[in-house]
Amino acid sequence: MRAFTYQRATSPREAAAAVAGKRGAMFLGGGTNLLDLMKLEIEVPTHLVDVQDIGLDAIEETDEGGLRIGALVSNTALAADARVRRDYAVLSRAIVAGASGQLRNKATTAGNLLQRTRCPYFYDPNMPCNKRKPGTGCAAIEGYSRQLAVIGTSDKCIATYPGDMAVALRVLDAEVETIKADGATRSIPIADFHRLPGDAPERDNVLEPGELITGVVLPGPIGGTHVYRKVRDRRSYAFALVSVAAVIQDDGTGRVAFGGVAPKPWRDEAAEAALPQGAKAVVSRAFAKARPSEHNKFKITLAERTLAAVIAKARS
Amino acid sequence: MDDTRGLGLSRRGMLAASAATATVAAGTTPAGVLAAPARVPVPGKVPVRFSVNGKSAELSLDTRTTLLDALREHLALTGTKKGCDHGQCGACTVIVNGTRINSCLSLAVQHMGDEVTTIEGLGTPEDLHPMQAAFVKHDGYQCGYCTPGQICSAVSVLKEIEEGIPSHVTDDLEGEMRPTNMEMRERMSGNICRCGAYSNIAEAMAEVAGAEA
Repeated sequence: MRAFTYQRATSPREAAAAVAGKRGAMFLGGGTNLLDLMKLEIEVPTHLVDVQDIGLDAIEETDEGGLRIGALVSNTALAADARVRRDYAVLSRAIVAGASGQLRNKATTAGNLLQRTRCPYFYDPNMPCNKRKPGTGCAAIEGYSRQLAVIGTSDKCIATYPGDMAVALRVLDAEVETIKADGATRSIPIADFHRLPGDAPERDNVLEPGELITGVVLPGPIGGTHVYRKVRDRRSYAFALVSVAAVIQDDGTGRVAFGGVAPKPWRDEAAEAALPQGAKAVVSRAFAKARPSEHNKFKITLAERTLAAVIAKARS
Repeated sequence: MDDTRGLGLSRRGMLAASAATATVAAGTTPAGVLAAPARVPVPGKVPVRFSVNGKSAELSLDTRTTLLDALREHLALTGTKKGCDHGQCGACTVIVNGTRINSCLSLAVQHMGDEVTTIEGLGTPEDLHPMQAAFVKHDGYQCGYCTPGQICSAVSVLKEIEEGIPSHVTDDLEGEMRPTNMEMRERMSGNICRCGAYSNIAEAMAEVAGAEA
């Protein structure tokens, strides 16, 4: 691990100013992903701004009938919140489908959104990787791509966004709230938060330097049956090959997003309109522009079968 | 605090001394061969204070020191183990403010004022914690390396079930959580055991929970 200096901020704005004002500075939340990457020297911050004392650790009801989840609410606390379990079950289900109990206790809501890809070539500093070291090339495209993305990729990067929580947030139409060093705030729809790689795969999301996530807002409950189904190589504590987050209404309509298949949670509203016609109708539309490799083309079949299982479960 | 407190002249101490000798020997190579000192500014040590097993600990640490290394290398509490050092194996599991975490993925400076419980704080050889006693009774280990982490996790898992925190295998998110075998297996998935003592660990946990394994 490279040397760094450390400070604790006492307010969101102070934290944002501290990171914006110092080259090489990063926020430190739970640290469960950042420390892992720092040990491998994939992340090499020169200064860490610890945000644990800035508040933002509560889940509050909004005037619009939804919930505002503080950036520092732990994954465990979010999954266990009685309101979330009752009205946003797909979110609880997605969170407990990811990581381990120890990690969920420490990982934060904002940190979960910001976790980096688990592409094995990103994780191996001996390999070229445009996301880790822009301009060096992508070893994954001609390499072992079984776990990697089938859609939304570019000729620079085929990494997936690895998380589960954000896939559920995508079907719930959540918004990410932020603050910048000058105190300006903005609200970013989750659909626009994570970026497709294009020519700049090193940028995972649309946050500006020093912009701090303060919370995630859920709109009012939409009812329906909430299902999160994750398919992986072992039954627990593994990243998704394919996951499906869905909220399905009694008339068969609903919302669906896919995880493990793209650089961001993958939802296609036009495709999802075909939900009453079944899984094949949705997946053939949602993945029409897929560019899978020999290794990962199975993910499209798997997505269809997983969605079929989700629809069956919702009907039962 | 003396960094080697309690270790005495151990195998580890001898290895450290050998490494130091090797460094001195390298220093005798012709001038100019050794690289110039790195330009990266090395931050000074920072004071860190937290409580471990009910006792206050005050340390002066490099910011990079993980909670795991602070416990093992600076407080000589070597019950907590370093397995993968990347949060994948769970050998480093400790309980901080009543919650289990991977101590390898946490910086010591993040824990100012926290209350840390390690395996040494759960029980003693003369007065075992019920979970420790159950692991012994049910043979919940073979080589023992993962055991401190398994026990810290197991104690926390039963508490998490009591508190109504759901897991991936919980059927009814709003119903009562129960310490079933499936629940305990799922919730313990962050603790890997190369010897494969899993079924006995689940039996030990079931005994403490008062449930059927």
